[in-house]
Amino acid sequence: MLKQRPFLIETLTAIGLIAAPFVLPHLGFAPNTVNRILVWGLFGLGFDILFGFTGLLSFGQSAFYGTGGFVAAYLLTRAGFSNVLGALIIGMIAAAATGYLIGLIALRRTGIYFAMITVAIAEVFFFVEFNPLSDFTGGENGLPGVPTPSFNLGFTTIHFTNGWSLYQFIALCYFVGVIIALRIVRSPVGAIFSAIRDNPLRATAVGHNIHGYKLTAFVIAAAYAGFAGGLLGVLQAFMPPDAFTFDTSGQLVMQTAIGGRGTLFGPLVGATVWLFLQDFLQSALGLGAAWKLVLGVVFVVLVCFLRGGIVGGLVDLYGLVSGKRARKAAETEQQAEIETPQQAPPAPMQAKEVAHPAYSGPILKATGLTKRYGGLVANSDIDFSVNQGELRGIIGPNGAGKSTFFKMLTCEIAPTSGQIVFEGRDITGLKVTEVCQLGLTKSYQVNQLFTGLTIRQNLTIAALAELRGKFRLDLFRKLSGVKGLTEQVAHTLALVNLTRRADTPVSELAYGEKRRLEIGLALATSPRLLLLDEPLAGMSPRERVETVKLLKSIARGRTMIIIDHDMDSLFELVERVTVLQEGKVLLDGTPEEIRTNAAVQEAYLGGVHGEIAA
Amino acid sequence: MISWPNLVSQLFNGLALGALLALISSGLTIIYGTLGVLNLAHGAMFMIGGYAGFVAYQYTESFIIAVIAGSLFVMLLGVVMERVIIRHFYHRPHEDQLLVTFGLGICFVELVRLIFSSQSQLVPPPALFQGITNLGFMFYPTYRLAVVGIVAVALGALFIVLYRTRLGMIVRAGIEDSVMVDSLGINVYRVFMVVFGIGAMAAGFAGIVNAPVVSLTPGVGDDILVQTFVVVVIGGVGSFPGAILGGLIAGEIISVTSMFNPGYAYVMLFAAMTLVLVVRPHGLLGVQGRE
Repeated sequence: MLKQRPFLIETLTAIGLIAAPFVLPHLGFAPNTVNRILVWGLFGLGFDILFGFTGLLSFGQSAFYGTGGFVAAYLLTRAGFSNVLGALIIGMIAAAATGYLIGLIALRRTGIYFAMITVAIAEVFFFVEFNPLSDFTGGENGLPGVPTPSFNLGFTTIHFTNGWSLYQFIALCYFVGVIIALRIVRSPVGAIFSAIRDNPLRATAVGHNIHGYKLTAFVIAAAYAGFAGGLLGVLQAFMPPDAFTFDTSGQLVMQTAIGGRGTLFGPLVGATVWLFLQDFLQSALGLGAAWKLVLGVVFVVLVCFLRGGIVGGLVDLYGLVSGKRARKAAETEQQAEIETPQQAPPAPMQAKEVAHPAYSGPILKATGLTKRYGGLVANSDIDFSVNQGELRGIIGPNGAGKSTFFKMLTCEIAPTSGQIVFEGRDITGLKVTEVCQLGLTKSYQVNQLFTGLTIRQNLTIAALAELRGKFRLDLFRKLSGVKGLTEQVAHTLALVNLTRRADTPVSELAYGEKRRLEIGLALATSPRLLLLDEPLAGMSPRERVETVKLLKSIARGRTMIIIDHDMDSLFELVERVTVLQEGKVLLDGTPEEIRTNAAVQEAYLGGVHGEIAA
Repeated sequence: MISWPNLVSQLFNGLALGALLALISSGLTIIYGTLGVLNLAHGAMFMIGGYAGFVAYQYTESFIIAVIAGSLFVMLLGVVMERVIIRHFYHRPHEDQLLVTFGLGICFVELVRLIFSSQSQLVPPPALFQGITNLGFMFYPTYRLAVVGIVAVALGALFIVLYRTRLGMIVRAGIEDSVMVDSLGINVYRVFMVVFGIGAMAAGFAGIVNAPVVSLTPGVGDDILVQTFVVVVIGGVGSFPGAILGGLIAGEIISVTSMFNPGYAYVMLFAAMTLVLVVRPHGLLGVQGRE
């Protein structure tokens, strides 16, 4: 949606903001209305990073809008502070700090819980502002007399008073806000934000500390809200107490959804529609109080039929119109592909440097691993050990506890008892994120992809975890500035044979391609030990042959454990096989031994309980 | 300052408010538990129940009819809402469900404001429960005592529906695993519609029963919705007993704090919610794994 042409959006924004005072008066916009739109737009920039990009819908942004606004207004009216910009920034910092504390509580839960908690928190702020803190905030009277900014440049003083003069100041603030927001969205952190929105479970599993990133998004949104709240006071020369009301949060949410979430400019467009309709319906059509009902209906219709809002709709429309051209380009590209001969298979990617080069024991050792769910014993007392560079297969009838075993090894679930040692280090009780960072990860039995993103973006997110560690606040770094990222993504793409489809959205992929991307996501984190949970499941015979070839090529220089039901393929691939049955290790041996073992045949073909496992 | 009669009277107020919150929250929580949709228009349902009852009262002057009309109207509204709009959102992300119900709530409130204006409307308590009762140690408005009884009966009825009928069994099974219920050959979508109707009715019923205690305004549901959220977070999402326990706790916290300083009522409520979130993130009676 946001094109990658350098500075295009920044330039267009600047042109738009400069042109606005010359164009908008002719469309019937009063300068005060434009200023209000910009304040809402700035407020919405942060909110869109939280909601549109990270997927966290907060109904409590008024708490930070009000906090920032009242801190700034208090400094300027009661505390004798005269630097307006300074006060706005202090207000912003106060709001961000509040956001951090609130985030610690609200982000303990996700989804609807998060929405409910934010509502409750915002309501508390409203009551606190009105009652216990009314000495500071003026209670229901608000804080009148907020000054407008002026800057002493030595030879002259620029004073932004009101109307279009104040517009210059607010527009500049908005512009800076846009530039910062764009940098954040295009940074590695921004990429991880969208990963959290699309699939928090996988974002955690590839090694990102998503709680930290969510809190970051929350604080960013609070900071934007705080600054916008301060601007509101400056704009109205009065800090209104209703900045704290639930209506403020609601209006922000509605404007963002109307304009288009995940677009950064959606809230600005939404605010324009909102304020324009408010004026238009109220005065021109004489609808009086009914204007809000009309807006409510418009909002519901938009949510039902135009999920991307106005900006999203326009982007889709542009895509339809320009679709013809794109298709033509694609055709020629396909022809070119036919002409070029198939490339030689790429060399296998190197696994991460070994943390303890001196360590030479088994790469993974599990002892006495047991998992109980109430009375049900999924795994009981499993001893398991894999050597460096080994290729191990795990087979067993359905319900033997294979996937549970994998989940314990990658620390997705904690064992009831037992110990897991990875490269000589006890990892029992660690989190899945940390284990992935250590170099142990798995590909899932059921695809866990970032479905809203392209293949390249998917692999980028996985590779970032390896290159940047589990948490890092490089908010202003470009993705291209991450050393080794492009190479690693390109390499993984080549390895799973998806280079040609790199910029295709996941939703348009065939099943076999998704399956390869699933493996690619695990590979892009450069694991030294890779667990594959039924990599061949659901594949056609031809796809199986190709995938086995792929697995062989990635196995070089890496240790892998593979669960699969396709024994012919598996036995061809692995050096040793462990057989699980009813949560216990039945047998351990070479494929040849397993193939001919009577107990295995019995486990699979029945005998013990007289039932045939599929 | 604090006198015993005052404290006891506030405890009674808390009980009345808590019982109401328990009923409204039960509606919210069974809808969420079964359908997976958090209905942000639930506060509006509460408000509409009051207004529908108010209209019925204008025509009939009968409080009983007002209660029945208010509840039935909201139930009908819930069924229509589920059929026409909510149904299309089961497979869309939570955020979209929140947005659409939030928008619907605003539409309802503004529509009522348009018809009845923002002025507050009065529904007098039924003749039987007018005046005050001498409890021996203090005097207490009779109707508020009656509210506790009426709501307790309603909660009992809801309990019987949920725990003693075939429908209730399906609903509770649906809360556990709606896909499984579907594959057992039960038409889950019809159950969803009924549940949405019942859940909405709980709010509507509370709305008309509460109408004589407070004056009716179009915004009367907004505060209630926030309080309901706290109740559900404290009690645990999807849990009927949790809604009752949470409701009573929240009602008492609001009332008792108001005795000292009404401004701190929400702060205390919020503090209790935070405490629960820290100690038991899934609510007092909630089940892990429900988000």
